[in-house]
Amino acid sequence: MSTRLAKGGRLIDRATTHRFTFNGRQMQGYAGDTLASALLAGDQMLVGRSFKYHRPRGIVASGAEEPNALVGLGSGNTFEPNQRVTVTELFDGLEAQSQNHWPSLEFDVGAINAKLSRFLPAGFYYKTFIHPRPFWKHVYEPFIRKSAGLGKAPDKEARDPDTYEHFYAHVDVLVIGGGVAGLQAAKVAAQSGGKVLLIEQNAHWGGRAPVDGGTVDGAEADAWVSATLEELEGMANVTLRARTMGAGLYDHGYATAYERVSDHAPGSDAPRHRLWRIRAGQIVTATGAIERPLSFAGNDIPGVMLASAARDFAVNYAVSPGDRTVVVTNNDDAYRTALALKSLGLSVPAVIDARANGGGALMAEAEAQGIRVLKGKGIAKVQGGARVTGVEICAQAGEGATQETIACDAVAMSGGWSPVVHLWSHIGGKLTWDETENFFRPDPERAPITHDGSAIVTAVGAANGHLGLSEIVSDATSGTTSALKRIGLSVDAAAPEASPRDEAPMEPVWLMPQGAKRALRAKAWLDFQNDVKVTDVQLAAQEGYVSVEHTKRYTTLGMATDQGKLSNINGLAILSQALGEGIPQVGTTTFRPPYTPISLASIAGEAKGELFQPIRRTALHSWHEENGAEWEPVGHWRRPFAYRKPGESTHDAVTRECVATRESLGLLDASTLGKILVKGPDAGRFMDMLYTNMMSSLKPGFCRYGLMCSENGFLMDDGVVARIDEDTFLCHTTTGGAERIHAHMEEWLQTEWWDWKVWVLNVTEQYTQIGVVGPKSRAVLEKLGTEGIGKDDLPFMRWIDGNVGGIPARIFRISFSGELSFEIAVAANRGRELWGKLIEAGQEFNVTPYGTEAMHVLRAEKGFIMIGEETDGTIIPQDLGLHWAISKKKEDYIGKRAQERSFMDNPERWQLVGLETTDGSKLPDGAYAVAPGNNANGQVNTQGRVTSSYHSAALGRPIAMGLVHNGPDRMGEVIEFAMTDGSRVPAKITGTIFFDPEGEKQNV
Amino acid sequence: MLILECPYCGVKADETELHPGGEAHLTRFGPGSSDDAFESYLFMRANPKGVHFERWRHAHGCGKWFHAARCTVTLEVFGTYSAQTTEPPSDIIEKIAARRPGWAKESQA
Repeated sequence: MSTRLAKGGRLIDRATTHRFTFNGRQMQGYAGDTLASALLAGDQMLVGRSFKYHRPRGIVASGAEEPNALVGLGSGNTFEPNQRVTVTELFDGLEAQSQNHWPSLEFDVGAINAKLSRFLPAGFYYKTFIHPRPFWKHVYEPFIRKSAGLGKAPDKEARDPDTYEHFYAHVDVLVIGGGVAGLQAAKVAAQSGGKVLLIEQNAHWGGRAPVDGGTVDGAEADAWVSATLEELEGMANVTLRARTMGAGLYDHGYATAYERVSDHAPGSDAPRHRLWRIRAGQIVTATGAIERPLSFAGNDIPGVMLASAARDFAVNYAVSPGDRTVVVTNNDDAYRTALALKSLGLSVPAVIDARANGGGALMAEAEAQGIRVLKGKGIAKVQGGARVTGVEICAQAGEGATQETIACDAVAMSGGWSPVVHLWSHIGGKLTWDETENFFRPDPERAPITHDGSAIVTAVGAANGHLGLSEIVSDATSGTTSALKRIGLSVDAAAPEASPRDEAPMEPVWLMPQGAKRALRAKAWLDFQNDVKVTDVQLAAQEGYVSVEHTKRYTTLGMATDQGKLSNINGLAILSQALGEGIPQVGTTTFRPPYTPISLASIAGEAKGELFQPIRRTALHSWHEENGAEWEPVGHWRRPFAYRKPGESTHDAVTRECVATRESLGLLDASTLGKILVKGPDAGRFMDMLYTNMMSSLKPGFCRYGLMCSENGFLMDDGVVARIDEDTFLCHTTTGGAERIHAHMEEWLQTEWWDWKVWVLNVTEQYTQIGVVGPKSRAVLEKLGTEGIGKDDLPFMRWIDGNVGGIPARIFRISFSGELSFEIAVAANRGRELWGKLIEAGQEFNVTPYGTEAMHVLRAEKGFIMIGEETDGTIIPQDLGLHWAISKKKEDYIGKRAQERSFMDNPERWQLVGLETTDGSKLPDGAYAVAPGNNANGQVNTQGRVTSSYHSAALGRPIAMGLVHNGPDRMGEVIEFAMTDGSRVPAKITGTIFFDPEGEKQNV
Repeated sequence: MLILECPYCGVKADETELHPGGEAHLTRFGPGSSDDAFESYLFMRANPKGVHFERWRHAHGCGKWFHAARCTVTLEVFGTYSAQTTEPPSDIIEKIAARRPGWAKESQA
């Protein structure tokens, strides 16, 4: 059993007890524990079930690389799945649930998959679920979906109560990793006077050194760590952050880091997570190395863990992984585990060393301590089910015949070490295969580079392939010195004396035993989380997979949430053997950020709720708010959709607004419409290129409706243009189009016609613009003292400068409703005042503010198009019967050449018509008109679709517009529209002007 | 997250301040041009693995369009320059040649 030792534990505080639950079971640990160490202290080795076979799984690692021990943390609003117990700091009241089992962790029905594992090989799903085809949707997919995924997604009604934030940092040197190498690198960098940020993913500094031992600068490693930390904390140019993981490296010195600010202290005022967005002149990665598992049968049984993890649990937390621990290794480092366990009084029945001649000084020390060392041996298989009970020993060179069985309840394995090269690789750093250490290390000749072609990332210490303390501090010193030089900083730093590495060479062992038979290989796990075994990778190779990227996707090796931190090198070694190629030739898969999973909430940061996006408000916004406005988002603006009176439905309100406007007087806040000034000697020439119609011939004082197309010929915006003077045009755009059209104008002026003398200016927010609409519109303006707006003084499509209620105003006689109508533009800061005067003076005319929906109804009754309703980015003006607004005289305008293409100049295109249902029902927006026959996909042919559909208050019936094949030539014909329930609604093709076709109401 | 120096205002702008505009130095083909020439102008874009000339706008800054010569593989930036030119200036070409011996700009098809 695993248990807490009576003494020791450098990171725990036995005076403070934390209570927690695991699957509802009450357990306890100490302050300083991780959830992993506390579970082991309570003999909870079994913590989850594997993904595919539902095999019992225990804790394998002691850090971020843990593949197995994932749990759901918290409950309700704070529930989070797939949390690694090894990096979860214990706190009082923690709740954890194991995952991927039913009905219970100890007894799991899905474990039947393990018995069927012979029939669930790599690519099983791809091979099996193809036939019969209809089964996919109704049988296979629902089944696979149910069994897929590890943790459960949080309840959809749950709302995360915590806060998250972004931090921005600009530094000269970013050092990632707070072990001995990172501390030394930060110390050197700090001496240059540069601004330094040092981050460490764990809560504690010093990395492996305090556990592994050795001396630096004459002091024990942990004493040196404390002293160096204290020195750095006292320096003004250094920022230190623990619990902060280097998540990703990107272009030109950009890095992200993930700070788990209060995961360990729930209920504090601090944000939960913080995403650091860092720009650094140089980046030093001191990210250490990760120990590799060995591939032997049963290496996934709970109780088998990495040798370094067993040592960490014992030394840091005084937790024994088992009473009797067998160590199995291909290198000297694992002897440190044997020695550490022995020194704590635990039993180490044997060290199984795969190397024929065993190890060096550390082996000698172990033997001197009375530990039995078996050389040239391996584990044939591990005995046990939910927990290790023993190991069968064989010759490493053989096929796995058992020579001896050793009873034990834990196995500490070490297959050597792999430098953490992830960050280096994120941004294009290349790797080289080290033939001596049998790992990939960063190739300094092919480092990630920045804008000027110089290196920007430097790997140091174990991350750079140096495994001894002396080599680590020396590499950190020289590497950081070189990095500083690249940004013009200099230091004269010498590496402190430190313990040299005194180890015999490791020997690569990719399979144990070397000639393991199939039955053993089929139980030798490579990827613990995704259940990929040696035989799966070999099968992939046998089936013709030669690329490591393809093999990864076929077998799912390395595709789990741990991104293959333990499995990748072992997997590609097996692949390279199966392919008969060298490991460097097979190569690695791509390393992608983030290094370990980060919360989505940290990426969102503060951008949620009211801060999700800015809201633009017109000068009249608060009046709308106080008068029952129901809001419609249009771009970042909020426009009133309708103003509901007490007891009124939205539909009632829209009808009331339409009727009042047609009968007397309506007011519309049109401030959001884009207003762009185009000015300069070449303004007319430029306007002729922007619009499809002729604008240069427009006289000052006149207005003209215009269409704008993209260079691809499609209609992108429309609006009324007013010529202010010889050099100046004022272009009205759609509400959503102002910024886009302004940018469109700038782009052409800056990048194509840069010699034209034209300036453009977006003045949308400078004006409040109010539509004064209806038969009484002239009367209310005259009541407010406005002069010169009589029928003949200010005819339709003219504008004047004047005043309304004493406020200087530009008065446009234009109409988007078919009514007598004026749009009044005043300085934005007088907009609210003008609105108030209009409301007051309009009382006798039943003045009625109306929203966007009434505006739509009024314009649709008149057959006016709306960008985004009648258009969708594939519509040209000719489709909408707007030929009259396209100049035949102009040689060129933006989109003209595109509209000459054969499929644009084609009578088969769908064209705009009115639609009137024969049963009086309202057509759904977007409904399709069906045509005889089916298309090649067996779908019903179509011949048109509805673009706008409203209930017309003026006509007392629904109206619609749509695009129909040959529509304008088919007036009076009845076509059928498909409803979502399968029924068909017949509608007659009509003209698009439903109301006042002669335009008499406007011409008064 | 590239950093490009805006040649107008001199700001070393983070990519979040910039709006990308695709390949630079295109020649506009309007009415009267052949279908092939127009198609090439409107749709066909170079997508080189290596040296590339791009249009960028300092959208959340001075608002100006400019051109950047950079390597799409290594993220090296050889320089930024005015958008108001039909070909890369000679000093930019020299900088690229110095870092990429043997490189030559492909003529526009």
